[in-house]
Amino acid sequence: MIPSIPSSRFFRVSYLSYVTLFFIFLITPLVVVAAFSFNDALFPSLPWNGFTWDWYLGKGDPRLGLFHDNALLDSIGVSVQVAIVTTMASLALATCNAFLFEREQFPGKNFLYVLMLMPLVIPGVILGVSILVFSSTVANWFEVQFGIEIEALRPGLVLVTLGQFAFLTTIATLVISARLRKFDITQEEAAMNLGASRLTAIATVTLPFLKPALFGAGVVAFLMSFENFNTTLMLVGSDAPLTIAMFDRLREGSTPVLNAVSVLLMVGSACLALVSLFVQRPAKP
Amino acid sequence: MSKTSGNFNRTQYRLGFWLLLAPIVLWLSLLIILPHIDMVLVSLRERIASREYAFSFGNYTAFFTEPLYWNTFVRTAVMSIVATVMTLIIAFPVSFYIAKVLTGRPRIALFILCLLPFWVSELVRTYGWMILLRETGLISGALQWFGLADQPVEMLYNDVAIMVGLIYTSMLFMVVPLVTTLDSLDNSLIEAGYDLGGSSFHVMRSIVIPHAMPGIMSGCIVVFMLTLGNYLTPTLLGGKSSLWFTEQIYTQFITRFNWEQGAAFGILLLILSSLIVWLGLKITRQSFTRVMS
Repeated sequence: MIPSIPSSRFFRVSYLSYVTLFFIFLITPLVVVAAFSFNDALFPSLPWNGFTWDWYLGKGDPRLGLFHDNALLDSIGVSVQVAIVTTMASLALATCNAFLFEREQFPGKNFLYVLMLMPLVIPGVILGVSILVFSSTVANWFEVQFGIEIEALRPGLVLVTLGQFAFLTTIATLVISARLRKFDITQEEAAMNLGASRLTAIATVTLPFLKPALFGAGVVAFLMSFENFNTTLMLVGSDAPLTIAMFDRLREGSTPVLNAVSVLLMVGSACLALVSLFVQRPAKP
Repeated sequence: MSKTSGNFNRTQYRLGFWLLLAPIVLWLSLLIILPHIDMVLVSLRERIASREYAFSFGNYTAFFTEPLYWNTFVRTAVMSIVATVMTLIIAFPVSFYIAKVLTGRPRIALFILCLLPFWVSELVRTYGWMILLRETGLISGALQWFGLADQPVEMLYNDVAIMVGLIYTSMLFMVVPLVTTLDSLDNSLIEAGYDLGGSSFHVMRSIVIPHAMPGIMSGCIVVFMLTLGNYLTPTLLGGKSSLWFTEQIYTQFITRFNWEQGAAFGILLLILSSLIVWLGLKITRQSFTRVMS
Protein backbone atom coordinates (compact mmCIF):
# COMPACT_ATOMS: atom_id res chain seq x y z
CA MET A 1 0.00 0.00 0.00
CA ILE A 2 2.53 2.60 1.06
CA PRO A 3 6.09 2.54 -0.33
CA SER A 4 7.59 1.13 2.88
CA ILE A 5 5.31 -1.92 2.69
CA PRO A 6 6.26 -4.43 -0.02
CA SER A 7 3.47 -5.19 -2.46
CA SER A 8 3.17 -7.38 -5.52
CA ARG A 9 4.18 -6.05 -8.93
CA PHE A 10 0.71 -6.80 -10.25
CA PHE A 11 -0.84 -4.64 -7.52
CA ARG A 12 1.50 -1.72 -8.18
CA VAL A 13 0.96 -1.80 -11.94
CA SER A 14 -2.81 -2.02 -11.70
CA TYR A 15 -2.92 0.75 -9.09
CA LEU A 16 -0.83 2.99 -11.31
CA SER A 17 -3.00 2.30 -14.34
CA TYR A 18 -6.12 3.08 -12.32
CA VAL A 19 -4.70 6.45 -11.31
CA THR A 20 -3.64 7.11 -14.92
CA LEU A 21 -7.14 6.28 -16.16
CA PHE A 22 -8.56 8.63 -13.56
CA PHE A 23 -6.49 11.51 -14.85
CA ILE A 24 -7.43 10.74 -18.44
CA PHE A 25 -11.07 10.87 -17.30
CA LEU A 26 -10.38 14.22 -15.65
CA ILE A 27 -8.61 15.88 -18.54
CA THR A 28 -10.37 14.50 -21.64
CA PRO A 29 -13.49 16.73 -21.61
CA LEU A 30 -11.38 19.88 -21.41
CA VAL A 31 -8.96 18.76 -24.13
CA VAL A 32 -11.89 17.89 -26.36
CA VAL A 33 -13.56 21.27 -25.88
CA ALA A 34 -10.32 23.07 -26.66
CA ALA A 35 -9.51 20.92 -29.69
CA PHE A 36 -12.87 21.40 -31.36
CA SER A 37 -12.58 25.17 -31.20
CA PHE A 38 -10.10 24.74 -34.07
CA ASN A 39 -12.16 22.32 -36.14
CA ASP A 40 -13.17 23.60 -39.57
CA ALA A 41 -16.83 22.53 -39.30
CA LEU A 42 -20.12 24.17 -38.37
CA PHE A 43 -20.77 21.88 -35.42
CA PRO A 44 -18.43 20.74 -32.64
CA SER A 45 -18.46 17.11 -33.70
CA LEU A 46 -16.58 14.59 -35.84
CA PRO A 47 -15.30 14.32 -38.55
CA TRP A 48 -12.18 16.44 -38.17
CA ASN A 49 -12.06 18.79 -41.16
CA GLY A 50 -8.78 20.52 -40.53
CA PHE A 51 -7.52 23.50 -38.61
CA THR A 52 -9.12 26.95 -38.61
CA TRP A 53 -9.08 30.20 -36.63
CA ASP A 54 -12.63 31.01 -37.80
CA TRP A 55 -14.26 30.40 -34.42
CA TYR A 56 -12.10 33.12 -32.94
CA LEU A 57 -11.70 35.56 -35.83
CA GLY A 58 -14.55 34.77 -38.26
CA LYS A 59 -16.28 37.97 -39.40
CA GLY A 60 -19.83 37.00 -40.32
CA ASP A 61 -22.59 34.42 -40.39
CA PRO A 62 -22.48 31.45 -40.38
CA ARG A 63 -18.91 31.58 -39.19
CA LEU A 64 -19.16 34.32 -36.61
CA GLY A 65 -16.02 34.16 -34.48
CA LEU A 66 -15.81 34.96 -30.78
CA PHE A 67 -14.11 38.34 -31.22
CA HIS A 68 -16.88 39.55 -33.54
CA ASP A 69 -19.80 38.00 -31.68
CA ASN A 70 -21.14 41.06 -29.87
CA ALA A 71 -23.81 39.18 -27.92
CA LEU A 72 -21.18 36.92 -26.35
CA LEU A 73 -18.72 39.75 -25.77
CA ASP A 74 -21.44 41.82 -24.06
CA SER A 75 -22.33 38.94 -21.79
CA ILE A 76 -18.67 38.59 -20.81
CA GLY A 77 -18.74 42.30 -19.93
CA VAL A 78 -21.86 41.80 -17.80
CA SER A 79 -20.23 38.87 -16.00
CA VAL A 80 -17.08 40.84 -15.27
CA GLN A 81 -19.08 43.77 -13.85
CA VAL A 82 -21.16 41.53 -11.62
CA ALA A 83 -18.08 39.60 -10.48
CA ILE A 84 -16.13 42.75 -9.57
CA VAL A 85 -18.96 44.27 -7.53
CA THR A 86 -19.74 40.96 -5.82
CA THR A 87 -16.08 40.32 -4.98
CA MET A 88 -15.52 43.78 -3.50
CA ALA A 89 -18.70 43.67 -1.42
CA SER A 90 -18.14 40.16 -0.11
CA LEU A 91 -14.49 40.88 0.76
CA ALA A 92 -15.51 43.98 2.73
CA LEU A 93 -18.19 42.17 4.69
CA ALA A 94 -16.06 39.05 5.14
CA THR A 95 -13.25 41.10 6.70
CA CYS A 96 -15.72 42.60 9.19
CA ASN A 97 -17.04 39.12 9.95
CA ALA A 98 -13.56 37.73 10.48
CA PHE A 99 -12.81 40.46 13.06
CA LEU A 100 -16.16 39.86 14.71
CA PHE A 101 -15.68 36.11 15.08
CA GLU A 102 -11.98 36.12 15.92
CA ARG A 103 -11.77 39.16 18.20
CA GLU A 104 -15.10 39.63 19.94
CA GLN A 105 -16.80 37.60 22.60
CA PHE A 106 -20.55 37.98 22.84
CA PRO A 107 -23.58 35.89 23.76
CA GLY A 108 -24.99 33.93 20.83
CA LYS A 109 -21.66 33.90 18.99
CA ASN A 110 -21.81 30.20 18.18
CA PHE A 111 -25.36 30.52 16.98
CA LEU A 112 -24.40 33.41 14.71
CA TYR A 113 -21.44 31.39 13.40
CA VAL A 114 -23.69 28.48 12.46
CA LEU A 115 -26.09 30.90 10.77
CA MET A 116 -23.15 32.37 8.89
CA LEU A 117 -22.31 28.90 7.54
CA MET A 118 -25.89 28.29 6.38
CA PRO A 119 -25.49 29.69 2.84
CA LEU A 120 -23.06 26.82 2.17
CA VAL A 121 -25.72 24.18 2.74
CA ILE A 122 -28.55 25.89 0.88
CA PRO A 123 -28.70 24.65 -2.72
CA GLY A 124 -28.00 27.53 -5.14
CA VAL A 125 -31.33 27.20 -6.92
CA ILE A 126 -33.23 27.58 -3.64
CA LEU A 127 -31.12 30.53 -2.53
CA GLY A 128 -31.95 32.23 -5.82
CA VAL A 129 -35.64 31.40 -5.60
CA SER A 130 -35.98 32.60 -2.01
CA ILE A 131 -34.36 35.94 -2.82
CA LEU A 132 -36.61 36.24 -5.88
CA VAL A 133 -39.73 35.63 -3.77
CA PHE A 134 -38.70 38.00 -0.98
CA SER A 135 -37.59 40.84 -3.23
CA SER A 136 -40.83 40.79 -5.17
CA THR A 137 -42.81 40.70 -1.92
CA VAL A 138 -40.96 43.85 -0.85
CA ALA A 139 -41.37 45.42 -4.29
CA ASN A 140 -45.12 44.66 -4.33
CA TRP A 141 -45.51 46.11 -0.85
CA PHE A 142 -43.87 49.37 -1.91
CA GLU A 143 -46.02 49.46 -5.00
CA VAL A 144 -49.27 48.99 -3.09
CA GLN A 145 -48.39 51.26 -0.14
CA PHE A 146 -46.64 54.15 -1.86
CA GLY A 147 -47.20 53.57 -5.53
CA ILE A 148 -43.44 53.42 -6.13
CA GLU A 149 -42.04 50.84 -8.50
CA ILE A 150 -38.55 49.76 -7.43
CA GLU A 151 -36.94 48.37 -10.55
CA ALA A 152 -33.91 47.02 -8.65
CA LEU A 153 -36.02 44.49 -6.80
CA ARG A 154 -37.27 42.86 -10.00
CA PRO A 155 -35.17 40.15 -11.69
CA GLY A 156 -32.02 41.73 -13.05
CA LEU A 157 -28.36 42.33 -12.37
CA VAL A 158 -28.89 43.89 -8.92
CA LEU A 159 -30.59 40.74 -7.69
CA VAL A 160 -27.98 38.54 -9.39
CA THR A 161 -25.26 40.45 -7.55
CA LEU A 162 -27.10 40.18 -4.21
CA GLY A 163 -27.72 36.46 -4.70
CA GLN A 164 -24.08 35.70 -5.42
CA PHE A 165 -22.95 38.00 -2.62
CA ALA A 166 -25.17 36.06 -0.19
CA PHE A 167 -23.13 32.87 -0.40
CA LEU A 168 -19.70 34.14 -1.52
CA THR A 169 -19.42 36.13 1.71
CA THR A 170 -19.46 32.90 3.72
CA ILE A 171 -16.61 31.43 1.71
CA ALA A 172 -14.56 34.63 1.95
CA THR A 173 -15.22 34.82 5.70
CA LEU A 174 -13.87 31.30 6.22
CA VAL A 175 -10.67 32.07 4.28
CA ILE A 176 -10.00 35.43 5.97
CA SER A 177 -10.87 34.14 9.48
CA ALA A 178 -8.39 31.29 9.09
CA ARG A 179 -5.62 33.80 8.37
CA LEU A 180 -6.64 36.25 11.10
CA ARG A 181 -6.52 33.39 13.63
CA LYS A 182 -2.77 33.07 12.96
CA PHE A 183 -2.12 36.76 13.57
CA ASP A 184 -0.17 37.58 16.73
CA ILE A 185 -2.27 40.27 18.38
CA THR A 186 0.73 41.65 20.31
CA GLN A 187 1.92 43.22 17.05
CA GLU A 188 -1.21 45.31 16.97
CA GLU A 189 -0.80 46.18 20.64
CA ALA A 190 2.79 47.23 19.97
CA ALA A 191 1.60 49.62 17.27
CA MET A 192 -0.94 51.07 19.69
CA ASN A 193 1.71 51.44 22.42
CA LEU A 194 3.76 53.40 19.93
CA GLY A 195 0.90 55.84 19.62
CA ALA A 196 -1.23 54.51 16.78
CA SER A 197 -4.99 54.54 17.20
CA ARG A 198 -6.79 51.23 16.95
CA LEU A 199 -7.90 51.88 13.38
CA THR A 200 -4.42 52.98 12.27
CA ALA A 201 -2.96 49.87 13.87
CA ILE A 202 -5.41 47.66 12.02
CA ALA A 203 -4.85 49.48 8.72
CA THR A 204 -1.05 49.45 8.91
CA VAL A 205 -0.32 46.16 10.71
CA THR A 206 -3.23 43.74 10.57
CA LEU A 207 -4.60 44.34 7.07
CA PRO A 208 -1.18 43.93 5.38
CA PHE A 209 -0.87 40.63 7.24
CA LEU A 210 -4.26 39.58 5.86
CA LYS A 211 -3.34 40.54 2.29
CA PRO A 212 -2.62 37.03 0.96
CA ALA A 213 -5.92 35.77 2.37
CA LEU A 214 -7.77 38.78 0.98
CA PHE A 215 -6.24 38.15 -2.41
CA GLY A 216 -6.93 34.41 -2.31
CA ALA A 217 -10.52 34.92 -1.21
CA GLY A 218 -10.91 37.60 -3.87
CA VAL A 219 -9.74 35.30 -6.66
CA VAL A 220 -12.03 32.50 -5.49
CA ALA A 221 -14.99 34.87 -5.14
CA PHE A 222 -14.38 36.38 -8.57
CA LEU A 223 -14.18 32.98 -10.25
CA MET A 224 -17.18 31.58 -8.42
CA SER A 225 -19.23 34.64 -9.26
CA PHE A 226 -18.13 34.52 -12.89
CA GLU A 227 -19.02 30.84 -13.16
CA ASN A 228 -22.12 30.85 -11.00
CA PHE A 229 -25.12 29.35 -12.72
CA ASN A 230 -27.78 28.09 -10.31
CA THR A 231 -28.45 31.25 -8.30
CA THR A 232 -28.00 33.48 -11.33
CA LEU A 233 -30.48 31.48 -13.42
CA MET A 234 -33.31 32.27 -11.00
CA LEU A 235 -32.58 35.98 -10.65
CA VAL A 236 -31.53 36.97 -14.15
CA GLY A 237 -33.45 39.62 -16.08
CA SER A 238 -32.86 40.83 -19.62
CA ASP A 239 -29.05 41.26 -19.37
CA ALA A 240 -27.61 37.76 -19.45
CA PRO A 241 -24.23 37.02 -17.83
CA LEU A 242 -21.94 34.70 -19.79
CA THR A 243 -22.99 31.41 -18.17
CA ILE A 244 -26.65 32.09 -18.93
CA ALA A 245 -25.91 33.19 -22.51
CA MET A 246 -23.79 30.06 -23.09
CA PHE A 247 -26.46 27.81 -21.56
CA ASP A 248 -29.14 29.20 -23.88
CA ARG A 249 -26.93 28.62 -26.92
CA LEU A 250 -25.95 25.14 -25.79
CA ARG A 251 -29.55 24.08 -25.61
CA GLU A 252 -30.28 25.39 -29.07
CA GLY A 253 -27.16 23.74 -30.45
CA SER A 254 -24.46 26.15 -31.47
CA THR A 255 -21.38 26.52 -33.65
CA PRO A 256 -17.91 25.90 -32.17
CA VAL A 257 -17.82 29.58 -31.14
CA LEU A 258 -18.80 28.20 -27.72
CA ASN A 259 -15.62 26.14 -27.72
CA ALA A 260 -13.69 29.32 -28.40
CA VAL A 261 -15.35 31.04 -25.40
CA SER A 262 -14.51 27.99 -23.30
CA VAL A 263 -10.85 28.21 -24.31
CA LEU A 264 -10.89 31.89 -23.39
CA LEU A 265 -12.31 30.96 -19.97
CA MET A 266 -9.66 28.28 -19.47
CA VAL A 267 -6.88 30.72 -20.33
CA GLY A 268 -8.40 33.33 -18.01
CA SER A 269 -8.71 30.87 -15.12
CA ALA A 270 -5.18 29.60 -15.67
CA CYS A 271 -3.81 33.17 -15.56
CA LEU A 272 -5.73 33.88 -12.34
CA ALA A 273 -4.44 30.62 -10.84
CA LEU A 274 -0.84 31.47 -11.76
CA VAL A 275 -1.15 35.01 -10.37
CA SER A 276 -2.63 33.76 -7.12
CA LEU A 277 0.08 31.10 -6.73
CA PHE A 278 2.68 33.80 -7.33
CA VAL A 279 1.16 36.26 -4.84
CA GLN A 280 0.58 33.71 -2.12
CA ARG A 281 3.95 32.00 -2.30
CA PRO A 282 6.03 34.41 -0.14
CA ALA A 283 3.44 34.18 2.62
CA LYS A 284 4.07 30.47 3.09
CA PRO A 285 6.78 29.57 5.57
CA MET B 1 -2.90 55.23 31.57
CA SER B 2 -5.54 57.34 33.27
CA LYS B 3 -8.94 56.02 34.05
CA THR B 4 -10.79 58.28 31.63
CA SER B 5 -8.80 57.13 28.63
CA GLY B 6 -9.56 53.53 29.67
CA ASN B 7 -13.24 54.34 29.62
CA PHE B 8 -12.94 56.08 26.31
CA ASN B 9 -11.25 53.03 24.86
CA ARG B 10 -14.03 50.91 26.18
CA THR B 11 -16.83 52.93 24.57
CA GLN B 12 -14.88 53.08 21.35
CA TYR B 13 -14.49 49.34 21.60
CA ARG B 14 -18.23 48.80 22.13
CA LEU B 15 -19.03 51.06 19.21
CA GLY B 16 -16.63 49.02 17.11
CA PHE B 17 -18.42 45.87 18.16
CA TRP B 18 -21.81 47.17 17.04
CA LEU B 19 -20.33 48.40 13.78
CA LEU B 20 -18.99 44.90 13.14
CA LEU B 21 -22.23 43.23 14.17
CA ALA B 22 -24.58 45.37 12.07
CA PRO B 23 -23.44 44.29 8.58
CA ILE B 24 -23.49 40.55 9.29
CA VAL B 25 -26.94 40.80 10.86
CA LEU B 26 -28.21 42.78 7.87
CA TRP B 27 -26.69 40.30 5.43
CA LEU B 28 -28.04 37.19 7.15
CA SER B 29 -31.49 38.59 7.87
CA LEU B 30 -32.14 40.32 4.54
CA LEU B 31 -30.58 37.77 2.19
CA ILE B 32 -30.92 34.47 4.03
CA ILE B 33 -33.44 34.37 6.88
CA LEU B 34 -36.27 36.65 5.73
CA PRO B 35 -36.26 35.27 2.15
CA HIS B 36 -36.63 31.74 3.47
CA ILE B 37 -39.39 32.71 5.90
CA ASP B 38 -41.14 34.50 3.07
CA MET B 39 -40.76 31.41 0.88
CA VAL B 40 -42.43 29.29 3.58
CA LEU B 41 -45.29 31.82 3.77
CA VAL B 42 -45.72 31.87 0.00
CA SER B 43 -45.72 28.08 -0.14
CA LEU B 44 -48.56 28.00 2.39
CA ARG B 45 -50.99 30.12 0.43
CA GLU B 46 -53.29 29.67 -2.51
CA ARG B 47 -54.41 32.22 -5.04
CA ILE B 48 -58.19 32.65 -4.92
CA ALA B 49 -58.46 35.78 -7.01
CA SER B 50 -56.07 38.33 -8.47
CA ARG B 51 -53.88 39.56 -5.57
CA GLU B 52 -56.01 37.67 -3.08
CA TYR B 53 -54.62 34.70 -1.23
CA ALA B 54 -55.86 32.26 1.38
CA PHE B 55 -53.95 29.98 3.73
CA SER B 56 -53.76 26.44 2.41
CA PHE B 57 -51.70 23.28 2.40
CA GLY B 58 -52.78 22.74 -1.20
CA ASN B 59 -49.28 23.06 -2.65
CA TYR B 60 -47.98 20.34 -0.38
CA THR B 61 -50.90 17.99 -0.94
CA ALA B 62 -50.43 18.51 -4.68
CA PHE B 63 -46.88 17.24 -4.25
CA PHE B 64 -48.00 14.05 -2.56
CA THR B 65 -50.96 13.36 -4.84
CA GLU B 66 -49.26 14.05 -8.17
CA PRO B 67 -47.05 11.00 -8.94
CA LEU B 68 -44.80 12.97 -11.33
CA TYR B 69 -43.66 15.37 -8.59
CA TRP B 70 -43.24 12.65 -6.04
CA ASN B 71 -41.32 10.36 -8.40
CA THR B 72 -39.02 13.14 -9.54
CA PHE B 73 -38.26 13.96 -5.92
CA VAL B 74 -37.39 10.39 -4.95
CA ARG B 75 -35.47 9.85 -8.17
CA THR B 76 -33.37 12.97 -7.56
CA ALA B 77 -32.61 11.90 -3.99
CA VAL B 78 -31.68 8.32 -4.95
CA MET B 79 -29.52 9.36 -7.88
CA SER B 80 -27.76 11.95 -5.71
CA ILE B 81 -26.95 9.31 -3.11
CA VAL B 82 -25.68 6.91 -5.78
CA ALA B 83 -23.56 9.67 -7.33
CA THR B 84 -22.09 10.53 -3.93
CA VAL B 85 -21.16 6.93 -3.16
CA MET B 86 -19.67 6.40 -6.63
CA THR B 87 -17.65 9.61 -6.34
CA LEU B 88 -16.28 8.38 -3.01
CA ILE B 89 -15.38 4.96 -4.41
CA ILE B 90 -13.62 6.44 -7.43
CA ALA B 91 -11.88 9.23 -5.52
CA PHE B 92 -10.63 7.27 -2.52
CA PRO B 93 -7.88 5.20 -4.23
CA VAL B 94 -6.70 8.27 -6.13
CA SER B 95 -6.58 10.38 -2.96
CA PHE B 96 -4.73 7.61 -1.16
CA TYR B 97 -2.23 7.43 -4.01
CA ILE B 98 -1.60 11.17 -3.87
CA ALA B 99 -1.44 11.38 -0.08
CA LYS B 100 0.43 8.19 0.79
CA VAL B 101 2.16 6.59 -2.20
CA LEU B 102 3.67 9.66 -3.82
CA THR B 103 6.14 12.02 -2.22
CA GLY B 104 7.76 15.35 -3.08
CA ARG B 105 7.21 17.07 -6.40
CA PRO B 106 5.13 14.45 -8.27
CA ARG B 107 2.73 14.53 -5.37
CA ILE B 108 2.19 18.29 -5.51
CA ALA B 109 2.00 18.17 -9.31
CA LEU B 110 -0.66 15.46 -9.29
CA PHE B 111 -2.67 17.23 -6.61
CA ILE B 112 -2.68 20.44 -8.65
CA LEU B 113 -3.63 18.42 -11.75
CA CYS B 114 -6.61 17.17 -9.77
CA LEU B 115 -7.76 20.72 -9.03
CA LEU B 116 -7.15 22.02 -12.54
CA PRO B 117 -10.45 21.11 -14.24
CA PHE B 118 -12.37 22.86 -11.50
CA TRP B 119 -10.97 26.25 -12.26
CA VAL B 120 -13.03 26.01 -15.42
CA SER B 121 -16.77 26.61 -15.36
CA GLU B 122 -19.11 23.67 -14.82
CA LEU B 123 -20.76 24.65 -18.07
CA VAL B 124 -17.56 24.08 -20.04
CA ARG B 125 -16.96 20.70 -18.38
CA THR B 126 -20.49 19.57 -19.16
CA TYR B 127 -20.09 20.81 -22.71
CA GLY B 128 -17.00 18.61 -22.99
CA TRP B 129 -19.05 15.59 -22.02
CA MET B 130 -21.72 16.52 -24.54
CA ILE B 131 -19.14 16.56 -27.33
CA LEU B 132 -17.80 13.20 -26.16
CA LEU B 133 -21.10 11.43 -25.70
CA ARG B 134 -23.35 12.73 -28.46
CA GLU B 135 -24.31 10.71 -31.51
CA THR B 136 -21.72 12.43 -33.68
CA GLY B 137 -19.31 12.57 -30.77
CA LEU B 138 -15.90 11.13 -30.08
CA ILE B 139 -16.81 7.98 -28.17
CA SER B 140 -19.38 6.99 -30.77
CA GLY B 141 -16.78 7.67 -33.47
CA ALA B 142 -14.14 5.63 -31.67
CA LEU B 143 -16.51 2.68 -31.24
CA GLN B 144 -17.25 2.69 -34.98
CA TRP B 145 -13.59 3.01 -35.85
CA PHE B 146 -12.72 -0.02 -33.73
CA GLY B 147 -15.60 -1.90 -35.32
CA LEU B 148 -17.48 -2.25 -32.04
CA ALA B 149 -20.52 -0.49 -33.48
CA ASP B 150 -21.72 -0.31 -37.06
CA GLN B 151 -23.71 2.90 -36.72
CA PRO B 152 -23.53 6.06 -34.59
CA VAL B 153 -24.43 5.43 -30.96
CA GLU B 154 -26.34 8.05 -28.98
CA MET B 155 -24.95 8.09 -25.47
CA LEU B 156 -26.40 11.39 -24.38
CA TYR B 157 -29.83 11.85 -22.77
CA ASN B 158 -29.89 8.88 -20.43
CA ASP B 159 -29.26 8.25 -16.75
CA VAL B 160 -25.73 6.97 -17.25
CA ALA B 161 -24.76 10.21 -18.98
CA ILE B 162 -26.24 12.22 -16.10
CA MET B 163 -24.37 10.05 -13.62
CA VAL B 164 -21.02 10.47 -15.41
CA GLY B 165 -21.50 14.23 -15.52
CA LEU B 166 -22.47 14.45 -11.84
CA ILE B 167 -19.53 12.33 -10.70
CA TYR B 168 -17.12 14.32 -12.85
CA THR B 169 -18.40 17.64 -11.52
CA SER B 170 -18.25 16.48 -7.88
CA MET B 171 -14.77 14.96 -7.96
CA LEU B 172 -12.88 17.97 -6.60
CA PHE B 173 -15.07 18.27 -3.51
CA MET B 174 -14.28 14.68 -2.62
CA VAL B 175 -10.56 14.56 -3.49
CA VAL B 176 -9.52 17.67 -1.53
CA PRO B 177 -10.91 16.69 1.90
CA LEU B 178 -9.77 13.06 1.40
CA VAL B 179 -6.19 14.04 0.54
CA THR B 180 -6.10 16.44 3.49
CA THR B 181 -7.22 13.87 6.08
CA LEU B 182 -5.19 10.97 4.60
CA ASP B 183 -2.16 13.23 4.60
CA SER B 184 -2.45 13.69 8.35
CA LEU B 185 -2.31 9.91 8.94
CA ASP B 186 1.12 8.86 10.20
CA ASN B 187 2.68 6.19 7.96
CA SER B 188 4.06 4.38 11.00
CA LEU B 189 0.50 3.55 12.04
CA ILE B 190 -0.03 1.68 8.77
CA GLU B 191 3.32 -0.06 9.16
CA ALA B 192 2.45 -1.03 12.72
CA GLY B 193 -0.80 -2.53 11.45
CA TYR B 194 1.16 -4.76 9.06
CA ASP B 195 3.79 -5.60 11.68
CA LEU B 196 1.06 -6.86 13.95
CA GLY B 197 -0.03 -9.24 11.20
CA GLY B 198 -2.96 -7.34 9.67
CA SER B 199 -3.86 -7.94 6.03
CA SER B 200 -4.17 -5.02 3.59
CA PHE B 201 -7.94 -5.21 3.88
CA HIS B 202 -7.78 -5.23 7.65
CA VAL B 203 -5.36 -2.30 7.85
CA MET B 204 -7.58 -0.35 5.48
CA ARG B 205 -10.71 -1.08 7.45
CA SER B 206 -9.47 -0.55 10.99
CA ILE B 207 -6.77 2.12 10.57
CA VAL B 208 -7.06 4.13 7.36
CA ILE B 209 -10.81 4.48 6.96
CA PRO B 210 -11.55 5.39 10.62
CA HIS B 211 -8.84 8.04 10.42
CA ALA B 212 -10.19 9.43 7.13
CA MET B 213 -13.80 9.51 8.39
CA PRO B 214 -14.02 13.30 8.90
CA GLY B 215 -12.75 13.84 5.35
CA ILE B 216 -15.06 11.19 3.90
CA MET B 217 -18.00 12.76 5.69
CA SER B 218 -17.36 16.36 4.70
CA GLY B 219 -16.67 15.25 1.12
CA CYS B 220 -19.89 13.25 0.98
CA ILE B 221 -22.01 16.04 2.47
CA VAL B 222 -20.72 18.67 0.05
CA VAL B 223 -21.00 16.35 -2.96
CA PHE B 224 -24.50 15.27 -2.01
CA MET B 225 -25.70 18.83 -1.62
CA LEU B 226 -24.17 20.02 -4.83
CA THR B 227 -25.61 17.06 -6.72
CA LEU B 228 -29.08 17.47 -5.26
CA GLY B 229 -29.11 21.17 -6.12
CA ASN B 230 -27.51 20.73 -9.54
CA TYR B 231 -29.50 22.00 -12.48
CA LEU B 232 -27.04 22.30 -15.30
CA THR B 233 -25.66 18.78 -15.61
CA PRO B 234 -28.98 16.88 -15.51
CA THR B 235 -30.59 19.34 -17.93
CA LEU B 236 -27.81 19.29 -20.50
CA LEU B 237 -26.79 15.63 -20.29
CA GLY B 238 -30.22 14.20 -19.54
CA GLY B 239 -32.28 16.31 -21.90
CA LYS B 240 -36.02 15.90 -21.62
CA SER B 241 -35.77 12.61 -19.76
CA SER B 242 -33.66 13.95 -16.92
CA LEU B 243 -36.53 14.56 -14.44
CA TRP B 244 -34.46 16.41 -11.87
CA PHE B 245 -36.23 18.14 -9.00
CA THR B 246 -34.53 21.50 -9.47
CA GLU B 247 -35.99 21.52 -12.99
CA GLN B 248 -39.46 21.21 -11.45
CA ILE B 249 -38.70 24.24 -9.30
CA TYR B 250 -37.49 26.17 -12.33
CA THR B 251 -40.54 25.17 -14.37
CA GLN B 252 -42.97 26.22 -11.64
CA PHE B 253 -41.27 29.57 -11.12
CA ILE B 254 -40.21 30.67 -14.55
CA THR B 255 -42.30 28.74 -17.09
CA ARG B 256 -45.64 28.31 -15.33
CA PHE B 257 -45.33 31.31 -13.04
CA ASN B 258 -46.85 29.24 -10.23
CA TRP B 259 -44.70 30.66 -7.44
CA GLU B 260 -46.73 29.10 -4.64
CA GLN B 261 -46.13 25.58 -5.95
CA GLY B 262 -42.48 26.34 -6.73
CA ALA B 263 -41.90 27.70 -3.23
CA ALA B 264 -43.37 24.52 -1.74
CA PHE B 265 -41.01 22.44 -3.89
CA GLY B 266 -38.09 24.60 -2.78
CA ILE B 267 -38.93 24.06 0.88
CA LEU B 268 -39.27 20.30 0.34
CA LEU B 269 -35.87 20.11 -1.35
CA LEU B 270 -34.34 22.19 1.44
CA ILE B 271 -35.85 19.88 4.07
CA LEU B 272 -34.55 16.80 2.24
CA SER B 273 -31.04 18.16 1.93
CA SER B 274 -30.88 19.35 5.56
CA LEU B 275 -32.26 16.02 6.75
CA ILE B 276 -29.67 13.96 4.93
CA VAL B 277 -26.83 16.25 6.00
CA TRP B 278 -28.07 16.01 9.61
CA LEU B 279 -28.35 12.21 9.40
CA GLY B 280 -24.85 11.94 7.97
CA LEU B 281 -23.46 14.05 10.82
CA LYS B 282 -25.40 12.07 13.43
CA ILE B 283 -24.29 8.67 12.14
CA THR B 284 -20.62 9.62 12.14
CA ARG B 285 -20.86 11.90 15.22
CA GLN B 286 -19.31 14.92 13.52
CA SER B 287 -20.06 18.54 14.31
CA PHE B 288 -21.46 20.78 11.60
CA THR B 289 -19.00 23.63 12.22
CA ARG B 290 -16.00 21.31 12.06
CA VAL B 291 -17.04 19.61 8.84
CA MET B 292 -17.76 22.91 7.11
CA SER B 293 -14.50 24.64 8.08
